[in-house]
Amino acid sequence: MDRDHLINQRLNVPDELPSTMQLNAQRQLKHFLTVETLSPLLLEEILDRAESFVTQPNRIQKQYSLLQGKTVMNLFFENSTRTRTTFELAAKRLSADVFNLDIRTSATSKGESLLDTIRNLEAMNIDIFVVRHQHSGTANFIARYCAPHISVLNAGDGHHAHPTQAMLDMLTIRQHKPSFQPLKVAIVGDILHSRVARSQIHALSILATGEIRVIAPKTLIPIGIEDLGVRPENIYSDIDQGLKDVDVIIMLRLQKERMQAALLPSEQEFYKFYGLTEERLKLAKPDAIVMHPGPANRGVEIDSRVADGKQSVILNQVTNGVAIRMAIMSMVMQTQQQEQTRIAI
Amino acid sequence: MIDKIFNARLLDPAKQAIHSDDQSYDINITAGKISEISLSHLKPNFSKNIQNTLSKSYIDAKEKLVFAGLVDLATYLREPGASYKASIKSETYAAASAGITTLCFQPEPRVLVNNTANVNLIHEINQRSATAHIEVIGNLTQDLKGETLSNMGGLKQANCVGVSNGLQPLKDLHTLHMAMKYASTHDLKVFIHPLEHSLAQKGCVHAGSVATRVGLPSIPVAAESAALAQALTLVEATGAKTHFCRLSSAASVKLIEYGKKQGLPITADVAAHQLFLTDIDIMHFNPLCHTYPPLRSERDKNALRQGLADGVIDAICSDHQPHEIDAKLAPFQQTEIGISGLETLLPLTLKLVEEGVFDLSHALKLISLNPAKILNIDAGQLRCGSNADLVIFDPDAFWCLEAELMLSDGKNTPFLGQWFSGEVINTLLAGKMVYSKN
Repeated sequence: MDRDHLINQRLNVPDELPSTMQLNAQRQLKHFLTVETLSPLLLEEILDRAESFVTQPNRIQKQYSLLQGKTVMNLFFENSTRTRTTFELAAKRLSADVFNLDIRTSATSKGESLLDTIRNLEAMNIDIFVVRHQHSGTANFIARYCAPHISVLNAGDGHHAHPTQAMLDMLTIRQHKPSFQPLKVAIVGDILHSRVARSQIHALSILATGEIRVIAPKTLIPIGIEDLGVRPENIYSDIDQGLKDVDVIIMLRLQKERMQAALLPSEQEFYKFYGLTEERLKLAKPDAIVMHPGPANRGVEIDSRVADGKQSVILNQVTNGVAIRMAIMSMVMQTQQQEQTRIAI
Repeated sequence: MIDKIFNARLLDPAKQAIHSDDQSYDINITAGKISEISLSHLKPNFSKNIQNTLSKSYIDAKEKLVFAGLVDLATYLREPGASYKASIKSETYAAASAGITTLCFQPEPRVLVNNTANVNLIHEINQRSATAHIEVIGNLTQDLKGETLSNMGGLKQANCVGVSNGLQPLKDLHTLHMAMKYASTHDLKVFIHPLEHSLAQKGCVHAGSVATRVGLPSIPVAAESAALAQALTLVEATGAKTHFCRLSSAASVKLIEYGKKQGLPITADVAAHQLFLTDIDIMHFNPLCHTYPPLRSERDKNALRQGLADGVIDAICSDHQPHEIDAKLAPFQQTEIGISGLETLLPLTLKLVEEGVFDLSHALKLISLNPAKILNIDAGQLRCGSNADLVIFDPDAFWCLEAELMLSDGKNTPFLGQWFSGEVINTLLAGKMVYSKN
């Protein structure tokens, strides 16, 4: 009854804007749900902080105590290796306790509602939820209904957003290019189903990137993409035109389901018309970098020689993934601590 | 029972010319029917005295409007079968409080209407509370599975006003073709929700830039217009009387206009919320705006409004879908569709009058007389001999929609917190007072 009343009251409140939901009154990051509507200054702050966490191989990794005594719960309703592992590693390097909830054996698969799952986990005094879910808006939903001292980090929701991926991509670009303003960036492949592409487009626009191009067959270009910040003249269905003189090429993963949904005829044809080959790479600027959020389908969207070539920064992206997630976790926990102090005063 | 309403300003969309004056009228009610409508001769002060001294069977409607009870073409009543969401008792009372005296029962997989027993049960449950008339739309196919025809002859004998497959898909066009032929054999109207399922896929929002931004799977306008165009072809082939339910797009308005110009026996309606909300409203994953058909663009919304003003679309309905609170507490895609709409049907329609889309008389026509004609029932006008289903309405009241004050079991509406002008004071059902605000 009490809970119903509470929810009733909350249902009455008009929806909060994601921007106001992610930030506290001091405009500090409290949740990380989407890149959209964040300020360029805040994005720079995330990138700067991440830069300080970037580690070198074959050294003893520095352990920070920023999240000591805090508990991070990985809630992955969708499979993931890379993202989950990097979140886990990031939390451990910040001295937090990390748990992975195995959804396949959890109560959710026995019919418990998502809200009940969250309430139960909340009762175990979790500080950060890292959420991946197949439905858009799930991270927003959890952030809206969980206790105020908990921070929610979106590790990918439906086709909506994957903000930490976009930020690690921005970090990678910044490490290789002096400034975003003069850059021409091309995103190639399944834009329609890609939360990564959406978050990248938002991040690139916020950071004032010169030109954002998308390259895909018409079946994989979402309707109204212009409203996200891609100019109509920068939507290409011919990859050779689209790659001309670009500084950054971001390839997206193509999933097998797309063939069954009649969006494409075959992987072979996709490779023939949209695969990134050495020859096509020559159309871009000579110092162009090649990125891929992984896992890559070699021979479908990218040639092995390009993926492993000297212009590829794909593995830098993974390294940066840990640093970005450390930066985000430390920022949201800092915000929470300041909130607590404010309440105490 | 009420015997007489006096000093009322009447509104009757059927005979605008007679009652559009500012004169006061008295209505006499005998045995639940309107027996006489005449000019008031009593002085206002005198009438007050009468009410004080005589029995409570008189209503003084001074400074109030009186019009015929509204007819709603689409109400999901949830009972029998899903009474954790709402019950016939709760929803008919909510209807009465909103000036609606006739509801149209909408079949759904939760509450099937396969045979006469199903229909009779609904009427039996309704008789226990009896705060609104219920007209029943039966299943078009057995269990709404889209394969074999339902017992339409029996449904007609049980007084169903039509048959529909709701939002459930039909196996193929042949089934629709035969269903239309068989329905017209029994003089049953076919209610079609135009939806080409293969085009809608698993979509839940309008295909547009908002869907792209929030990354939700979308339903293109063509999912509706393609189905509508096919159905129109079959109407032409069979001559079956057909009503098209819940249009959502400019393209559909055009198709209906075309069909009517061809002289096809068709009518169409739109849900009230579709005239106010657009896909922008789902921008922040507001599950209260998760509807089918999806909320579409501003342009579609305006075309629907224009379609109503031009008479292309015949009626506005509540598309009332009450839910328990948990049905809307999940990520957008996982929430159930629909808005609890009974209590906003009249207020939203009147808002369109305020916004200058059409005049008051036309507004009332869209929610009373026209739906009554679509259902082929005697309702929606003030006429001697008709049922005394009447609404006494205070045009000067100003009120706010609040969950606590809603009478429907479903509080799932995005219009909470909005202010409306004009309020229902009393509702009479066959002369019996079924709702009184005070």
